Amino acid sequence: MEKIFQKFAFSSATLVFIILLGIFITLFNAARPAINEFGLNFIVDPAWNKEVPLSTPQTTTDKSAAQKSVTDTNDESVDVNDYGDSSDDMIMEDEDDTPTKTIYGGLVPLVGTIFSTLIALAFALPIAMGISIFLAEIAPKKIATFVGGAIELLAAIPSIIFGMWGLYYFAPIVADLFGGFQVSLLTAGLVLGVMILPFMAAITRDSMNTTPDILKESAYALGATKFEVIKDVIFPYSKVGIIGSIILSLGRALGETMAVAFLIGSIFELPHKITDPTISIPVALANNFGEASGLGMSSLFYLALILFVMSFAIISFAKFYFLRKANS
Amino acid sequence: MKRLLINKIILTLSTISALIGLAFLAWILVTLFIKGLSSFHFSLFVNDLINNGLRNLIIGQFILAGMASIIGIPLGMVAGIYIREYGQGRYANLIRNLSDIMMSAPSIVIGAFVYAIVVVPTGHTSGFAGSIALAIMMIPIVISTTDSMLSLVPQELREAGIALGASKYKVIFDIVIKSAKVGIMTGILLAFARIVGETAPLLFTSQTSNYFTLDLTHAFPSLSVSIYDLASDVQTSSRDLAWAASFILTVMVLVINLTGKFITRNKK
Repeated sequence: MEKIFQKFAFSSATLVFIILLGIFITLFNAARPAINEFGLNFIVDPAWNKEVPLSTPQTTTDKSAAQKSVTDTNDESVDVNDYGDSSDDMIMEDEDDTPTKTIYGGLVPLVGTIFSTLIALAFALPIAMGISIFLAEIAPKKIATFVGGAIELLAAIPSIIFGMWGLYYFAPIVADLFGGFQVSLLTAGLVLGVMILPFMAAITRDSMNTTPDILKESAYALGATKFEVIKDVIFPYSKVGIIGSIILSLGRALGETMAVAFLIGSIFELPHKITDPTISIPVALANNFGEASGLGMSSLFYLALILFVMSFAIISFAKFYFLRKANS
Repeated sequence: MKRLLINKIILTLSTISALIGLAFLAWILVTLFIKGLSSFHFSLFVNDLINNGLRNLIIGQFILAGMASIIGIPLGMVAGIYIREYGQGRYANLIRNLSDIMMSAPSIVIGAFVYAIVVVPTGHTSGFAGSIALAIMMIPIVISTTDSMLSLVPQELREAGIALGASKYKVIFDIVIKSAKVGIMTGILLAFARIVGETAPLLFTSQTSNYFTLDLTHAFPSLSVSIYDLASDVQTSSRDLAWAASFILTVMVLVINLTGKFITRNKK
C-alpha cells in the first residue's frame, strides 16, 4: 500500500511536468504549418488574413485547379498538391486568373499585447505601491485587515465582469477625457490595470511585511520619518521581492483575455495612437478560434505558442531571479 | 520641516491609493447590483436560456467546475503531498516551481491546448473538454495550497507517528492531513471560487448551449461563456440578461470566496 501510494503521488507530481511539456509540444505541433510557412518573419509581419499574389510561377496542375475553382465561387479554397502546407489556404481570384495565397503575421496582436500590458503596468504600479504601503505601514491593524480583504475581493471578481463594466461604464469616461474611441488600446490597458491592481498590491504588501520589525524600529529610534523608513529600510530590504511581484503581475496581464476582449476593439490594425483600437494575442485567439481553419488556425496556434513562451519566460525569470529568496 | 512635509505628502498619496482601490471595487459592485438587480427576476432560475432564463447556464457552470474539481482536487492534493512529504530536494522543488508557473499560464492558452488534444480528435466541443481545461487550471492551485498547509504541520507530529511504528502513508493520512484539514479545505474552496468564474478556457472547449443538458459529451451550457455572447449582442434585452447573469456569477464567486476566508479567520 505504501509503495502504491508513493508511486501514485510521484506520478501526480510528474503530471505537472507532463502537462506543461504537453502544452508546449501540442502548440508547437499545431503551429508547425504556420511556422514552416512564415518562420520568424511571423512576428514582424503586420498582415493578418491578407491575400497576396503568389510569387511562384504557375505549374500546369495549378492552372487546371485554378480554372476549376473559377467555375465555382471565387472564394473557394483549392487544394494544390505541390504547394505543401499552405495548400488549404490558397484562394483563387477569378478576375485575372492570378492565384493568391493568404498570409498571416503576428505583429499586430503582439504589439497590442505588449502595449496594453505596459499601459496596465504604468497605471497599476503607483497605485499598487501606494496601497501596499498603506496596508503594511500606515493603516491600523483593523483598517488594514478590512481594506486588505476588500482589495482581495476585487481580485476574486471574474475577469469577464471587469470587461463588461469597463466597456459600458469605464471606457466612456476614459474616452471623454482622452478623446478617441471607447474601444482602444488605452481603455483596454487601463481596465487591465484595474484588474492586476489587487494582485500586485497583495503580493507587494506580503514582500514588504517580510522586513523585520527590529530594522524599522532602529530607524524610527534614529528619528526617521515614516517615509524615510519606507524608502531607506523597507524598500531596500524587500526590493527583490517587490520587483518579482511586479514581474509576476506583468505575466498575469499578458495572458488576460476576457477583460481585454471587450475593450481592445478586436481589429487587426496597428494602432497609430494610444486611443486607436487594435487586438491582443489572447483576444485574437478568443475571437477567431471558432471560425479558423487550415493555415489560419495554425497561425492562431503560433500566436498561442508565442504567448505561452513569453509568459513562461517572464514568470520563471521572476521566480528564479527575484522570488527565490522570498520562497525559501 | 521639509522632511516632515514630504512624509505627509507620501502618506497622503498612499492613503489616496487605497481609497482609489476601494472606489474601483465599490464602483464595480454597485454597477453590478444596480444593473443586475434591475433585470433580475426569479423566473431566471426556472427558465433556460432559450426562454430567456439562466437555469441551464448556472447548473452547467457548476457541473463544469464540479467535474474539474473531481479531476483536479485528488491529483493536486496527492501531488502536493508528494512535494512536501516524499519529494527529495531538487525534483520536488522543480515540480513546485513548475506548478507555480503553470498557475500563471494564460488561461486562453490552456483552452487552446485542450482544444487541440480533446476537441480536435473528438470532432466537437464537449463538457468534458471544458472540465479538463478547468481541471488543468485548478491542479496547480490545489498543489500550492496543499503544499503550504502541510508545511504548517509541526515536524514533531510526524516523528511521533513514525516512532509509534506507523508507515509513512499512515502518518500522512491519519496525522498530517487530519491536522491540516481545515486549511486544505479552505484552499480548495478558494480554488473552486477561482475556476467557477473562468471564461477563457471554456470559450472553445465546452462553448455554451441554450438548452438544459447533462450530457458532457456535447457542447455544454456555461454561464460565463454565455455572458460573453450576450454582452456583445446588439439587443438590449440580451445585454440586460448578461447583467443579471454577471450579477449571479459574481455573487456566487464572492460568496464561496468569503466563506473560505471566514473559515480561515475563525480558525485563527
